Amino acid sequence: MDVTTLAEVTGNIGTVGYGLAAVGPGIGLGILIGKTIEGMARQPEVSSQLRTTMFIGIAFVEVLALLGLVAGFIVPA
Amino acid sequence: MERPRSDDLRETPLFTPASPMLLAASEGEGGFHAPTVADFFPPAIFFEGTVFEFNRVMLIRVIAAVVLLTVFVIAARRAKLVPGRFQNVVEMILDFVRNAIAIEVLGEKNGRKYFFLLATIFCTVLVMNITSVVPFLNLAGTSVIGLPIVLAAWTYVMYLGAGVKAQGFGGFLKSSLFPPGVPKVLYLLLTPIEFLQVFVLRPATLVIRLLANMVAGHLMLAICFTATSFFLFDSAGAMKLFGAGTLVAGFAFFLFEVFVAALQAYVFAILTAVYLNMSIEAEH
Repeated sequence: MDVTTLAEVTGNIGTVGYGLAAVGPGIGLGILIGKTIEGMARQPEVSSQLRTTMFIGIAFVEVLALLGLVAGFIVPA
Repeated sequence: MERPRSDDLRETPLFTPASPMLLAASEGEGGFHAPTVADFFPPAIFFEGTVFEFNRVMLIRVIAAVVLLTVFVIAARRAKLVPGRFQNVVEMILDFVRNAIAIEVLGEKNGRKYFFLLATIFCTVLVMNITSVVPFLNLAGTSVIGLPIVLAAWTYVMYLGAGVKAQGFGGFLKSSLFPPGVPKVLYLLLTPIEFLQVFVLRPATLVIRLLANMVAGHLMLAICFTATSFFLFDSAGAMKLFGAGTLVAGFAFFLFEVFVAALQAYVFAILTAVYLNMSIEAEH
């Protein structure tokens, strides 16, 4: 049976992988920062504490996206 | 003397020589030369081929370290009761580290105790990051894996040490591997995860976060400015207009890089403080 090529991709598939890896952290950052802003608007007096906690959370979420970036370099094309 | 590129890549196993993923965009002579990871492994300047090989990244690190030391020595020598403008800036940075990072996370007593660690890490990371936007240096000292590893290893040793000191060896293991308030069966699942978390993932993510941020930042800047040069000088007609767009984007990314450099210094320092706090205070 002949193999029919319907579509062909040139270049590194890792770029697509990075795009996928950025989706989850993107949603996560949106929720995280949005909720922090909500909290700050409700209670401005605790905003410095909220901001610190937000940055700690961001650091954990962000590393997922960065792992997606690094994976493209670790796994050879 | 021309050496094969693969030799230059020896500092890190993270980047294999077979990863020119950005090379796909380059189109030969006079065309668009996209930046690659080879940017981070410039040819050696001194001691080529030995363990002490000294390249541009090393030179940048030495310059940044000298600048950092000079600033602080001068600030300390000329410290006055009523600070001048220069002393004010240095004091503002240290004050920020002490109040917004150390005392905020660790509390009054431990915050003052570990202030030296947090201040050193914050200032080192800040200065080493900011070299990525300094003209003629153009490369962050932290964008090759050696320096982030050293800093993360220091953090690692400090928070493990602090944990053992505060709770004893057994107590530290027990509180970090067997968090209380969980049904006994769940320890089968939880303990391996906590082990990975405390002993592997924390330092590894510190390294990767800093490194990947600075690598990505440099690549974005380099792409913007090489694209500008390509559009302005090598393309014809209306294509030149794109050059204006990429130039503006490059400038925006320049400002963003300054922000990222400061943010990463803050994140590295605050995570160090958080990890120290987790080791010192047993979970209840």
